[in-house]
Amino acid sequence: MISRREFMGLLAVLAALPACETMGQIGAAGAQVAASAGMISQDQADEIGSGAKQAAASFEDFTPEQEYYIGRSVGAIILQKYKPYANQAANAYVNTLGQTLAAASDYPQTYRGYHFLLLDSEDINALAAPGGLIFVTRGMVNCCANEDELSAVLAHEVGHVSRKHGLQAIQTSRITSALTTLGLAGAKAMGGEELAALTETFEDSLKDITSTLINNGYSRASELEADESAVIVMKRVGYQRAALVAMLENMETRLTPGGADFAKTHPDPKDRIAELQRVIGMTAMGRSPKPRTARFEAFRKEMA
Amino acid sequence: MQQLIDLARAGAPSLGSGASSAMAGAASVQVQQGQVRATPSFLGKIVANLKYGDKVQVLQTQEPWAKVSAPGGVGGWMHLSALTEKDVQLKAGSAEAKTSATSDELALAGKGFNAQVEKEYQQKNKVDFTWIDRMVDDTVTPEEMQAFLLAGDVTPEGGAL
Repeated sequence: MISRREFMGLLAVLAALPACETMGQIGAAGAQVAASAGMISQDQADEIGSGAKQAAASFEDFTPEQEYYIGRSVGAIILQKYKPYANQAANAYVNTLGQTLAAASDYPQTYRGYHFLLLDSEDINALAAPGGLIFVTRGMVNCCANEDELSAVLAHEVGHVSRKHGLQAIQTSRITSALTTLGLAGAKAMGGEELAALTETFEDSLKDITSTLINNGYSRASELEADESAVIVMKRVGYQRAALVAMLENMETRLTPGGADFAKTHPDPKDRIAELQRVIGMTAMGRSPKPRTARFEAFRKEMA
Repeated sequence: MQQLIDLARAGAPSLGSGASSAMAGAASVQVQQGQVRATPSFLGKIVANLKYGDKVQVLQTQEPWAKVSAPGGVGGWMHLSALTEKDVQLKAGSAEAKTSATSDELALAGKGFNAQVEKEYQQKNKVDFTWIDRMVDDTVTPEEMQAFLLAGDVTPEGGAL
């Protein structure tokens, strides 16, 4: 049995190693050194070796179940910043629309599915946590003139989930740490040491994601990917793809330069429009059928 | 224009851990509720729901769908994102899990970031999960989706409902 200090020290050494193709060999070698120094047993060393081999991979190593647990906590942190808009009818509408769009995405079956919640804020913001928990502010809803435009907002967020942009924000060193801890635990239930170490890694991973979501924003390339995913899903379900362009035009007029919302975390709507038009052309928005307009207006009343 | 969209589709990341277009033979359900549909379509009628860790036989794939059969006469189409080629073991203490826990072929359910880690994190940081728990319980059924599209005069690709 190794002491907590030795255990954390070993984790720090392994986690500090750079992620590269030789990661598996270095991790395995480090573990063998630790074994020969009597810090850990040979069995544990072998388990770390194989764990480190996996560590050479990436965010793709998270199972959907782990993605779900990461997403739950990211969602809980978002809800420390924003209050829910607790209107049942409005949230039911957004969930029906959003979950339908998600079903048509390239990643429809997450561990526990997609779920949407409106936030009571005038900020123009929408945030997607890994695994499919998606949050949309009233300010963002106000950028949407009709159901097709709201579908564009929701489909863009579904795009971030299906492309796993949140998980990609996690630094590789965290994944290495997690896998190393799990290698030590092997197939047995986690002990107190492992649980404490894993929880620390968990917290660091959450910080990576939330600082990206709330402060820095995804890369321009990721935003364009989410826009591309959005128009694909909208076409599959039957919404007008031009609605994404129309929504961005509305947003452009409403965003406050220097604001702490989409203005800070997203590329200029004008740039997104230009990129989108390369994909979908210069299609104009057609009229919305009457029943679709009527239910969207009813939703807007609930949001007022 | 269509070419660009096809390109974007081709560039999508892999569908869940272990899923691939070449999936064949045995596979495990890697989500809590693996939907089995009558037809390979997002609006296809759900004929059965399989549980996390359930085993299926993949008979053929038609990207992104797999035609599967499962014990109990269950058969139909599952989206590849619901499946993994890894053998999902639900019990960490089982003999099989113990001998091959670190192999690439096995995934231990509940290993890694799990409810235990969340509880530890929650207690340490006083995080409130009330609304998150409410959110994950709200699931829209395929029938409700169909009715919603129909009522809004929304016609999915491939024709009317």
